[in-house]
Amino acid sequence: MDYFLELFFGGLTRGSIYALIALGYTMVYGIIELINFAHGEIYMIGAFTAFIVASALSLCGMSGWSLLVLSGAVAMIYSAAYGFTLEKIAYKPLRKAPRLSPLISAIGMSIFLQNYVLLAQTSDFISFPSLIEEFSFMENVTVMRSTELVIFVTTAVVMVLLSLFIKFTRMGRAMRAVAQDRTMAMLLGINVNRVISVTFIIGSALAATGGVLISSHIGQINFYIGFIAGIKAFTAAVLGGIGSIPGAVLGGLILGWTESFATGYVSSDYEDVFSFGLLVFILIFRPAGILGKSSSEKV
Amino acid sequence: MKRLICSLVAVFMVLCAGWAYAAEPIKLGVAGAHSGELRSYGLPSLEAAKLVVSDINARGGILGRKVVIVEGDDACKPEVAANVASKLATDGVVAVLGHICSGATKTGLGIYRDANIITMSPSATNTDLTLSGAYPNFFRTIGSDDYQAKIITDFALKKLKLKTFAVIHDKADYGKDVAESAKKYLESKGARVVLFEGITPGAVDYSAIVQKIKRSNAQMVIYGGYHPEAAKIVMGMRNKKMKTLFISDDGVKDDTFIKVAGRYAEGVYATGPADTSKNRMAIAASEQHKKVYGSDPGAFYLNAYAAALCLLQAIDKAGSTDYAAVSKALRSNWFDTPLGKISFDKNGDAKGIDFTVYQVQKGKYVELGK
Repeated sequence: MDYFLELFFGGLTRGSIYALIALGYTMVYGIIELINFAHGEIYMIGAFTAFIVASALSLCGMSGWSLLVLSGAVAMIYSAAYGFTLEKIAYKPLRKAPRLSPLISAIGMSIFLQNYVLLAQTSDFISFPSLIEEFSFMENVTVMRSTELVIFVTTAVVMVLLSLFIKFTRMGRAMRAVAQDRTMAMLLGINVNRVISVTFIIGSALAATGGVLISSHIGQINFYIGFIAGIKAFTAAVLGGIGSIPGAVLGGLILGWTESFATGYVSSDYEDVFSFGLLVFILIFRPAGILGKSSSEKV
Repeated sequence: MKRLICSLVAVFMVLCAGWAYAAEPIKLGVAGAHSGELRSYGLPSLEAAKLVVSDINARGGILGRKVVIVEGDDACKPEVAANVASKLATDGVVAVLGHICSGATKTGLGIYRDANIITMSPSATNTDLTLSGAYPNFFRTIGSDDYQAKIITDFALKKLKLKTFAVIHDKADYGKDVAESAKKYLESKGARVVLFEGITPGAVDYSAIVQKIKRSNAQMVIYGGYHPEAAKIVMGMRNKKMKTLFISDDGVKDDTFIKVAGRYAEGVYATGPADTSKNRMAIAASEQHKKVYGSDPGAFYLNAYAAALCLLQAIDKAGSTDYAAVSKALRSNWFDTPLGKISFDKNGDAKGIDFTVYQVQKGKYVELGK
């Protein structure tokens, strides 16, 4: 039973990270129908920012939770700035172009950002400080670690806040309106550019959160971590139904559990076979993903 | 205007003629991971080659010709290695020092073989590269995976007297090769392999495989692969308060591993080329590196230094850059290198090179002996 629970919580942690990144994919897709392939890189930049800030602050003698919160906050702001700029530089000029153009632009930005960090920082793996402290009340719990607890509590809180934001605030309503029909929203006086920018800012901040949390859980980062995490999170978003926010979280968790249990009970040789097999299987029966609504192409 | 063009063309032609008169330099290809996450394995070889070549050029080159280096960066990726190999072959290199990773080397070798280019790797340890007999143009200045796996299992069985093992690898050419050989040796000696699995390199975390190791109750993990994944697994195990021993190959015997895994690295075993710190040439080569690059040399530096020396001396002894003559010279002569006196057997494996076991103690790899 312990073994099952350990795998369960391991999968939950991994799934939470996928979910945090997948939220960014799904929100952007929901609003401008673009798959933002540079999103994984924003996650990586978040992790690097937190690393730099945390190193600087711990030199000044700061430690514990304040260090985590402060470096996390700086990472979120910095990544959000990257997300905002990314949209302005790479996607906005192409908004009226054929759909393939922004996609290529996204892939280009992804390669650019990776190499930028490679050159500006290092290609080596760097040891990431464990910013999340061990709780004393967790000492006798063997099936999970404090970092795992922090990761999925954070994901749950973020998910609830995001849903409330989209449901009840003016900006949230504007986002839903733009997602439904951009031209109509514009005619009704919604500042579409602002809505899109806000979407990118929120998505990037969430990715940075995921980057900081998982890095302090695993303890190492390099410039390439965004690629694989990005692919997996994209899979999660498609699995849950791209464009749907609860779908992204559900997709992330299902993917995390599938990988964890497949490794635990079958073999880690086939970890990816199971996760992508599941994706194919679900897309056969629900082409729009688990919670996605299939809609006809807008004319 | 026309006059100007005419005179430019004339000057250009004179220059060309001048080049043709000077003796063609001997081109030595140096290929490997010069960028990317595994560059800490590739760059030291490039540095070694540069130092050897500048020494030889200072003494007048070989066969009266200067040696120039042609660099090829494969980032340890087989698909890039194919391009690099084709480019080097087109550039007309006489021999290649490289590649670094086994997978990339394997891809490049076929191309070099067809172009009659001798290839000598300081680090590619895959067993098949030499023993399959498919690559007569291949040599190396490092022991094979099979040999390394034998050292690992002998150490675990005889020195540590362990009985149950979990064998994990990263599904790539190099790691899998070590793991499979280790499994073979363990089973032939009657030890139990309770877990044998491949992991996906670069995955977000390895908590599931760590749980599995924990449940298998293995006394020791034998890992075949490189340091990034090894660090994640070791850190995962220690975070779960597991005291399972961990031994790996020379893909982990790199200081980056200790830097990344920090205090968790303590006690980890890894095999690597035997200590050569008492060899006079090795001391000189390391000193030279410190003087030129201002730091201690990195992984495979001495192996690459030895490889560069062997290649160039063999060309000198053969008296030509002819493929058959040079490979005969490599097999029939003994060369003085920082690794000791070495020669090459008919498969291309070096004679006179040894592996040994190291352990991380107080943040440093300490040699334990076989």
